[in-house]
Amino acid sequence: MQSKAHTFTANARAALADEPLQAALARFQGGFPVKRRAAIDRLPEFDALRDAGKAIKDATLANLDIYLEQFEAKVIAAGGHVHWCEDADAARQTVIDLCREAGAKTITKAKSMIGEEIAINEALAAAGFTPIETDLGEYIIQLRDEAPSHIIVPAVHLSKEQVAESFRAHHRDLPAERPLSEPQAMLDEARAILRQAFLTADVGITGANMLIAETGSTVLVTNEGNADLTQTLPRMQIVIASIEKVVPTLEDAATVLRLLARSATGQELSVYTTFTTGPKRGDDLDGPAAFHVILLDNGRSRMLGGPFAEMLRCIRCGACLNHCPVYSAVGGHAYGWVYPGPMGSVLTPNLIGLAGTSDLPNASTLCGRCEEVCPMRIPLPRMLRQLRQDAFASGGGPKPMRAGLAAWAFVAGRPWLYRLATGLGVRILGLLGRRHGRFRRLPGASGWTAVRDLPAPAGRTFQALWTERNGARR
Amino acid sequence: MPCASDTCRHRPLIQPGVQVILNRMHDEQLTVGLFVTCLVDLMRPSVGFAAVKLLENAGCRVVVPAQQTCCGQPAFNSGASVEAKTVARQVIEAFRDVDYVVAPSGSCAGMIKTHYPELFADEPARAAAVAALAAKTYELTSFLVDVLRQKPAAGTYPVAATYHDSCSGLRELGVKAQPRYLLSKLEGLSLTEIPSAETCCGFGGLFCVKYTDISAKMVDAKVDDIAASGAKLVLGGDMGCLMNIAGRLQRRGLAVEVRHVAEVLAGSADDAPAIGESDVRP
Repeated sequence: MQSKAHTFTANARAALADEPLQAALARFQGGFPVKRRAAIDRLPEFDALRDAGKAIKDATLANLDIYLEQFEAKVIAAGGHVHWCEDADAARQTVIDLCREAGAKTITKAKSMIGEEIAINEALAAAGFTPIETDLGEYIIQLRDEAPSHIIVPAVHLSKEQVAESFRAHHRDLPAERPLSEPQAMLDEARAILRQAFLTADVGITGANMLIAETGSTVLVTNEGNADLTQTLPRMQIVIASIEKVVPTLEDAATVLRLLARSATGQELSVYTTFTTGPKRGDDLDGPAAFHVILLDNGRSRMLGGPFAEMLRCIRCGACLNHCPVYSAVGGHAYGWVYPGPMGSVLTPNLIGLAGTSDLPNASTLCGRCEEVCPMRIPLPRMLRQLRQDAFASGGGPKPMRAGLAAWAFVAGRPWLYRLATGLGVRILGLLGRRHGRFRRLPGASGWTAVRDLPAPAGRTFQALWTERNGARR
Repeated sequence: MPCASDTCRHRPLIQPGVQVILNRMHDEQLTVGLFVTCLVDLMRPSVGFAAVKLLENAGCRVVVPAQQTCCGQPAFNSGASVEAKTVARQVIEAFRDVDYVVAPSGSCAGMIKTHYPELFADEPARAAAVAALAAKTYELTSFLVDVLRQKPAAGTYPVAATYHDSCSGLRELGVKAQPRYLLSKLEGLSLTEIPSAETCCGFGGLFCVKYTDISAKMVDAKVDDIAASGAKLVLGGDMGCLMNIAGRLQRRGLAVEVRHVAEVLAGSADDAPAIGESDVRP
């Protein structure tokens, strides 16, 4: 996916003016945060669980090579295959080769952010395959040729009217006048179409919420069951997962699962939580004959041991998006690449570089809500700030801002000069603003006054008044 | 009479509260350095005087080191650590000799308390001074309640109010109950909580001028909540947020006053018109 993060400001402006999007975002805000709160209030040990989850991930990341190799050995022992892919190109090529090897035509896909990261659908389509998304939200945005706007609810930016419109435009062989005003009608329609896809698919591609080293299992959570049909019905299953998804044991996976659904949707567990180990065994009733896992690095190993290593604890619950006031204002597409919200603003520059993405870490008030709700206690504000430092150190940022900061530091670093300059400034502004108490417009302050009045200063600085008063005291 | 006991030596690190009791026992005043904050210094000195009054009423001796300008946060949050350090070093020097540093701002206090140690992490020679400063720095209402164990003062302030929790104070310093507790004995003051009390108002320092549109959307959500609550006064502990909220309320023509909590607590609200208002008769 081509990044549009470099036009973040314009993307955000368009998003703010997009009425259907704003209505969708307003509906969304009352949902998950409230449910998450309720779920956590029912589990007094939630904070202890967060500590446990963090400890598991930290210990795993410190020995990532060992656990990945253990996972690989177990997958092979179960009859599966593991492919180590350094970057998106390698992962795409491996998937295409496997699909060719399987003689595939139709490919069903369960929701996978790694699939988005490596743009697998585009690659498969270009290679002549027909990939079909089976998660309802993903299916909708595939019809509309859009990217997900949220990592767990990809079509959250759409209204049901927009979905009905897309269904009518694409499901041409159904009666044009059929009623589609109710979500249930659309659900039934999508289900009937997807059922056919499940039955005819040659290859099923899924992501993985976790990989379990001690058993070689993959873990998938969904609320629709589509991932189960995607992985059990076709002849071949391909799991695409990034390397930080591994946890050592089943017990560890259980700890992470307890955090995941509560943080994401406020559920205690997702409707479906499926552990899969290898291909179909002799006495299994169903399952794929061939089982492949793609282990994708794509920049993650570079993050290990550095200031962004803790980002690799992320379990993609989306809580930081759901609670972010900036995400709530502009939605996911404004961020311009695969991962939106606070986690995306840290991850995107790490995965595709800070050049062209430096707006992402800057477009945050550092309010800290993301860190407060993160089940893995990832210090997102600290990392956003670190990225700002990296961008600033490499000469990034608008020239006027850099010049302004340099001038500010020069003055603020010399208290006598600071008193002189600010004393004069507030005196003038105080006089000009005295009558109304505020400014509706002020040259040089349009960033402020474009949307709000600027209070006029009192006219004398505290320091000046204090010196006077204390002189009088003595 | 100066006390000869060696327990009188100022040891701010022993434990919040204990120091105060020791000083009271030995009749020695605490010296509090007021970190004025640049916004209070330049925009609204009345907040600084209210803070001084509250601290003096609580028995402290207040000094205002002239070497202070800003805490350095605008530069720090812009990624300009060298520039931030230039200014931060001044603060470390200026407040070396006071028992406590108190700021009428959770944002600036949070900068000194949580972020100076990060900022100077690569200068081990300065670590002790930075840690000592961080340990003795407090946000005003937190200092009054958590360290000085002040009880709410009685008074009258008849108004329907609401309180905005500023992000840094709330999440970095745990400022939430303290201002509400201190306001609780003001007769006539009713405090209605808005659903978005803990949601960022969209100020965010330079964020509000760099990403004006997004900031406007955020402050509108806050202003909508305030309007719906029926409150006629918004109180908070950080001038940045309060100027942002006041400015948007006024731009939208809503007659709600905005003040720093210190002014109301010190009983000095009559000393200055509300933020962005004028006392000039037309």
